Amino acid sequence: MSATVTAPPATPRPQQPRKRRSFLGLDRDGLMLAVPALIPVVLFSVYPLLRGIYLGFTDAQAGANAQTTFTGFENYRNLLDDSYFWDSFRIGLIWAFSVTILQFFASLGLALLLNQKLRLRWLARTLALVPWAMPPVVIGIMWRLVYHPNAGILNDVLLDLRIIDENVDWLSSFSVALPAVIVVGVWAGMPQTTVVLLAGLQSVPKELHEAAAMDGANVWQRFRSVTWPAIKPVVVAMTTLDFIWNFNSFSLVYVLTQGGPGGETRLPLLFAYEEAFRYGNYGYAAALGNAMVVVIAVFVVFYLRQRVREANAR
Amino acid sequence: MNRSTPVGTTLKYVALAAYLVFLAFPLFWLISTSLKTPQELALIDPTWIPNDITFDNFRAAFDEQPIVRSMLNTLLVAGVSCVVTVVLSIPAAYVMARYRSVLSRMTLVWVLLSQIFPFILVIIPLFLLLRDLGLYDTYLGLIAVYVVWSMPFALWMLRSYVETIPIELEEAAAMDGATKVRTLRSVIAPLLAPGVVAAGLFAFVSAWNEFLFALVLIRDPELQTLSLTLVKFIGAEGVARLGPLAAASLVATIPSLIFFAVMQRRLTGGLLGGAVKS
Repeated sequence: MSATVTAPPATPRPQQPRKRRSFLGLDRDGLMLAVPALIPVVLFSVYPLLRGIYLGFTDAQAGANAQTTFTGFENYRNLLDDSYFWDSFRIGLIWAFSVTILQFFASLGLALLLNQKLRLRWLARTLALVPWAMPPVVIGIMWRLVYHPNAGILNDVLLDLRIIDENVDWLSSFSVALPAVIVVGVWAGMPQTTVVLLAGLQSVPKELHEAAAMDGANVWQRFRSVTWPAIKPVVVAMTTLDFIWNFNSFSLVYVLTQGGPGGETRLPLLFAYEEAFRYGNYGYAAALGNAMVVVIAVFVVFYLRQRVREANAR
Repeated sequence: MNRSTPVGTTLKYVALAAYLVFLAFPLFWLISTSLKTPQELALIDPTWIPNDITFDNFRAAFDEQPIVRSMLNTLLVAGVSCVVTVVLSIPAAYVMARYRSVLSRMTLVWVLLSQIFPFILVIIPLFLLLRDLGLYDTYLGLIAVYVVWSMPFALWMLRSYVETIPIELEEAAAMDGATKVRTLRSVIAPLLAPGVVAAGLFAFVSAWNEFLFALVLIRDPELQTLSLTLVKFIGAEGVARLGPLAAASLVATIPSLIFFAVMQRRLTGGLLGGAVKS
């Protein structure tokens, strides 16, 4: 949701460490300044997160007199037997991988183009930001209009080009609903990735390119030996983050299909949402959330390993 | 730097054109739909550009009580969230920038965690917590959640602005006997104006665009935010209703468009450029 992309490099603070007695390394003034922000954060973010993880090991239910008891791993045993769970994770992974990979290549292409002196570049730059500027709900509605079986532009174009013979109901068809939703995911996620890759490309020293060209390297060789090594750290960070965001996404698909048809686009978070707020199975839904954390953790570990390897290579 | 061949240049323009079409056509279609009459929307063979352009859909959208109501609701929620986020973030960002404290590192960890944890883990306990506090289905509850969830990024932005302010200014103030709080209020805060605008806009827009929290935490139709109302509109999807839906969606995009217009240069250049380069 937010535009946090990469953590800023830890810069040394220009300040000498204070020697006074302190809590968390803060003196009295520092505490006074930090506490007003700290309290709401602990109350509405840290505490819920911890309680959410804990709920995944209980049988918490909606309802006024429902008792919550600790059940250990029972939720997870049930998850393993639940075909809906496997379906939603399979769909979630297909969705997250497809969107992330397509988004990466589309964004890299666009960023490479935007990094050159082309006419209409300003227009492309502005348009490339538009999806970022739209609320996810509006993006969903907009694409529903594009995909609309009768009043949509897509069917109209494809009919005119004779690619299809009759109107397709994109979002309600078992075979095309997921691909159709993936296209929207790519469209919606391109700006962030493009902007970050473009920033990466602009940090590649021009002299290196010129030197390589002087040595007779062609475009592809220059990309491989000059551009790619320079942007690789950014690429790894961005794709990892993109993957996690996509795996966690909700609003866009909720608006487009609500997980339909027949659960064909029911991403893990949509499944968890239904479990929690339609059927009231809080514990089970939280367990699903914890299972998602496991998947995400795999990617974070992969990312950290890359970072360590790069640091060692330097 | 490239001695491109004519073929290469042509290919580049073809690719650029393809991107432009892909990026623009959904938006084009949204605008086109919002300007059509119900009769034109019902045509078997949809027209690309409306034959007779009408603004009735915008009027219709604003005549719908729920849309106007929810727009005002969202304005209130996003406005208050924005102000509270900034007011709480400035001092905390200052502390993060100027103290060598565990707090800064903890905040960074929390920024990252809040980005990668599945929302379901947070939203169930939040729902339970707000219910127990009597804040479920109230603006106060929703605002508290929005403030907390836009604060990581606001803090991160503001911190980098604080770091650009020379420390000598503070030392001079301290020399004159000003307390930390006083220094912050009279020396730092005024210099932070651009950062405050950026962080405030960000908080406003994330609250304005937000959907999932509102979906879970707001029930009363009278309190619904714009995202919720728009999604409810979809259900009643006669073709004739598409026009007002498109019009309302366009209007709902305006605040973030303003944000991006203001922030564009920073987004494409400075902020991320500086963050990415190492």
